[in-house]
Amino acid sequence: MSEEESLAATPLPKELVAFCVAEQEYCVDIMAVREIRGWTVATKLPHAPAYVRGVINLRGSVLPIIDLACRLGLPPREARARDVIIVTQIREQEVGLLVESVSDILTIVDETIQPTPDVASETAKSFVRGVLSVEDRMIRYVDLEKIMPPRPSEAA
Amino acid sequence: MDQMEEIRETFFLECEELLEAMEAGLLSMNSGEADAETVNAVFRAVHSIKGGAGAFGLESLVRFAHSFETTLDEVRAGRLTTDEAVMRTLLKSGDVLADLVRASQANAEIDDGAHADVLAELAGHIGAEADGGDSGDDAPDDFTPMTIDVGGDDEGDNDDDAADDTAAVDAQPDPDRDAFGEPFEDDGRNRFRVDFRPFPELYGRGNEAVLLLRALATLGEAQVRCNTDDLPPLGEVDPEGAYLSWTVIVTTDRPQEDVEATFEFVQGDCELTVARVSGGAIATATAPADDAAADADADTADSEKPDADKVDTTTAAEPPTAEAAEATPKAAAKPPAAPKPAAPKPAAKKPAKEASGGPKATVRVELDRVDRLINLVGELVINQAMLSECVLDASDAHDSNVVTGLEEFKQLTREIQESVMAIRAQPVKSLFQRMSRIVREASDATGKSVELKVDGESTEVDKTVIERLADPLTHMIRNAVDHGLETPDKRTASGKSERGTVFLTAAHRSGRVVIEVGDDGAGINRERVKQIAIDKGLIPADAELTNTEIDNLLFLPGFSTASEVSDLSGRGVGMDVVKRAIQALGGRISVTSTPGEGSTFSISLPLTLAVLDGMVVDVAGQTLVVPISAVIETLQPNEADLHKVSADGPTVKIRGTFVPIVDVGAQLGYRDPKDDFHDQVILLVETDDGVGTALAVDSIHDQRQVVIKGLESNYGQVRGIAAATILGDGRIALILDAEALVSNANGAVAPMEPAIELAS
Repeated sequence: MSEEESLAATPLPKELVAFCVAEQEYCVDIMAVREIRGWTVATKLPHAPAYVRGVINLRGSVLPIIDLACRLGLPPREARARDVIIVTQIREQEVGLLVESVSDILTIVDETIQPTPDVASETAKSFVRGVLSVEDRMIRYVDLEKIMPPRPSEAA
Repeated sequence: MDQMEEIRETFFLECEELLEAMEAGLLSMNSGEADAETVNAVFRAVHSIKGGAGAFGLESLVRFAHSFETTLDEVRAGRLTTDEAVMRTLLKSGDVLADLVRASQANAEIDDGAHADVLAELAGHIGAEADGGDSGDDAPDDFTPMTIDVGGDDEGDNDDDAADDTAAVDAQPDPDRDAFGEPFEDDGRNRFRVDFRPFPELYGRGNEAVLLLRALATLGEAQVRCNTDDLPPLGEVDPEGAYLSWTVIVTTDRPQEDVEATFEFVQGDCELTVARVSGGAIATATAPADDAAADADADTADSEKPDADKVDTTTAAEPPTAEAAEATPKAAAKPPAAPKPAAPKPAAKKPAKEASGGPKATVRVELDRVDRLINLVGELVINQAMLSECVLDASDAHDSNVVTGLEEFKQLTREIQESVMAIRAQPVKSLFQRMSRIVREASDATGKSVELKVDGESTEVDKTVIERLADPLTHMIRNAVDHGLETPDKRTASGKSERGTVFLTAAHRSGRVVIEVGDDGAGINRERVKQIAIDKGLIPADAELTNTEIDNLLFLPGFSTASEVSDLSGRGVGMDVVKRAIQALGGRISVTSTPGEGSTFSISLPLTLAVLDGMVVDVAGQTLVVPISAVIETLQPNEADLHKVSADGPTVKIRGTFVPIVDVGAQLGYRDPKDDFHDQVILLVETDDGVGTALAVDSIHDQRQVVIKGLESNYGQVRGIAAATILGDGRIALILDAEALVSNANGAVAPMEPAIELAS
C-alpha cells in the first residue's frame, strides 16, 4: 500500500533496494523492507505452492519464505548459506524473500522507471512493474503485491 | 460525545458486576442462606442499575428496574416473605433485567410487552399495600426512614429511596406534608415540583431569588415553600451567604422546558431539580444547574461527613429522589450514576457493610495489553530455551556458575509465564451463574422441578475458555434437565424426591480443569440408545458394544435420543456439536452413567489456550507437534498386526480391532506414501466414529509444553495443521490438527500432490 501511494503521490526521490536472483538484478521499494537477514533453514509447509520455501522464526513470529527465483520462473536451486532473506511487509503480512545477495541501494525519481518492455513472458509482465537502467545494467522493479501467494484459505 | 460514550461503557461494565452481585444474592436468597444484608445487596444492585439507566435515558430498563426494586423493597422491609413463588419471580426478574441491560447496551429495540408477565407477577406479589407513600412507617429497623411524598397519588416512587435519604431528611420536618399536604386532583395540567437552592454566587452575580420565583409563578399557579432549616444562628450568619432554599409546586399548562427555562440564567449558580408530578409517575430532570462533578462531590462530601455543611443536607436528600424517577436525557450530564445512589448510604447512619466475599481490589486492563504481555512472555520462554542450548553447547567445560545462572533464569521465566497466564484466568463463577438461569428456564419449559447444585465456582480458567464454554455447557445443562431427569411422576414412582438435581462442578486436576455436569435422573437407557443408533444406521445391527461404547454413541453426529424434538433441546444440535466445541478448546468429554442413579458428563480442559502439551514427533525429517489431548496411546506395531484392506488401505490391529493408518508424511506431502509401517510409531488418536485412527510417524522425540503461534497472520490456514510453535533450537515446528488430517485422509479432501518436492 505504501508502495502504491508513494509511487503515485511523491515526486520526491525514492530509494530502492536492489538484489540479485539467479544472476539477474531486481529491486523493491525500501519502504517495504523491514530488515535483511541471513538464511536459516525453513520449516516446510504442507500443501504449499512450490515457491513457498516454508516458515522461519523471526523473533517469535512465523515468517513465510518465498523463493523469489522460483516465483519468477527462474531455474530452481538449493538454498545456500550465503543466501539472504529480505523481510518485507506486504499489506498486513510480513513475508521473507529468499534472494542470492543484496547488491545496492538506489536513489531514483519515478520518471526513471520505464514500463516493462512488452515481452512475451507472462511471468515477467505480472511480477515486474517496470525496469530501471542503471549504468549498463537492467534492474527490474518487483511488484510485491503480486509476489504473495494467494491466501491458502481462500484458494482452498 | 466520546466522553459520553466512555461513561456509558463504564456504566455497562459496572452493570455486569452489579448483575453478577444481584444474581449471586438472589441465588443465596433462593437457597435460604440470605440475611438482611444479602437482600440489601440485591436491592442496591438493582437500584444502582436503575439510577445509571436513568442517567442514560434507558427508559425500558428504568421502568423494569423500578418495579423490580419496589418488590425487592417489600422483601427488604420484611412485608413480603420470600417463598418459592416469590423467589421464582425474583429470579425471573433478574433474568429479564440482565436481558434488558444487554439489549440496552446493544442499543437494541426493547419490546416492553415481552416482560409484561414478569412485571405483572412482580406487581402481584406486592399487591395493593405497596401503593401509597407510607411505607416509611414500617421500614426495616436499621433505618428510620421518612417519606418524601411528592404527590399523594404517586405509586410509592419514593419509598425505595426513603431509607437511603433518611438521615438527611431526618433533620427537617416533612417538607411536602407541611406545605402541600392535600393531594392534587388530576385535572390534566402539568404539575412540577421545583427544588431550588441558590448558591452565594447567584446573589453575587446580581440575581435575585425572589424574581426567579415570581417568574415561575407567572407560568401558572405556584405553591412556594421556603426552607429555612439551614439558617444558622444569627451570630454565625455570613452576610453574603445563601441559606434559603425553596420548594415550589407549579401547576401550569406549559411544558417542563419552560419551567426550566426560568432558571436559565442562573445555571451553575444554584442547585435545581425539576420533577414532573402526575398521577403515578414522576419525570425528573436534574437540570445541570450545578455542574455534574460538583453535584457528585456534594453527595460524596455529604456521605463522608454528614453534618459538615448543613446546607448540603437537603441536596443529599434530593438527587436520589430525582433518580428514582425516569430521568430525561438531560440528566445524562450527571456522572455515571452507579456509585451515586450508593453514596448517601453512609449518611443514613448505617455503616456500609460490604457483602461477605466482596470484590477484591482490581484493575481493569484491556485484553489486548494482557495478550501482548502473554506473547512477549512466550518469546521469553523460547529465548531462554534457545539461550540455554547455545550456552551449554558452546562451553565444553561446564562452568557451574553459568549452569546455575541458566537454571535460575529458567525458573524465573517459568514463574513469569505462570503469573502472566494467571492474569487471563478467571473464576468460572460467572459462567456457572449463567447456568442457573438455564436451569430455571429449562425447568419452566419442561415442568420439572429442578435444583442446581454448584461446586468449585472459584476454579480459575482462561477467559477465552470460559467464553467458549458457555454454549456447550448451556446445551449440556439443558440436556440434563430435558433428557437426563425424569418427570416428577416417574421420580416419585421410583422412590426419588420429586425435585431433580443437576450438579455442576469444576475442579483442577493434574494441570487441567475438569468440569462435570451430572444429574440424578434415570441414567442412560443403553438399550434405547443402541436401538436408535442401529435405526439411524450409525452402527451395524449386530454390533457388540460395551456399556462405555454405547454411552459414547451419544456423541455421534446425527444422534438424538429425544423421540420427539422438544422445544428445549433437540434443536438439531446434538452432543456431537458439544464434543466438537470442547475438542476445539483442546479438551475432551466423556460420560459415565448408572441406570437409575443418573449420568455425568465430564469435560477436561487445558488451563490455557496459549500453550499446549504436545508430543514432538519426527516425520520425514520434519519436526511436528501432536497435541497430547488428541493422543489416546502410542505403540510400536508388530509386523503381524499390520494388514492391508486391499492393495492399499493399511490398518493396524489394536486389541482385536483393525484401525486405519494415516501416513502423516504422505498426507502432508513430505514424502511418497509408505508401503510398510513396521518401522513407524503409531499414535492412536480419537476420532468421531469411536474406533480411532492410527497416525504413523517416524519417531517420538519428546513431550513438552509449546507456545502456540498462529499461521494465519502472515500466511493463512494450512489443512491438517492447527498452528505452529517454536522449538528450543529456534526452529519452527508445525502443530498437527489430528482431526483435520484424519478427515483429509478419509477422502473428505483428496490429498494434495506433493508440491513441496518441486521446490527443492
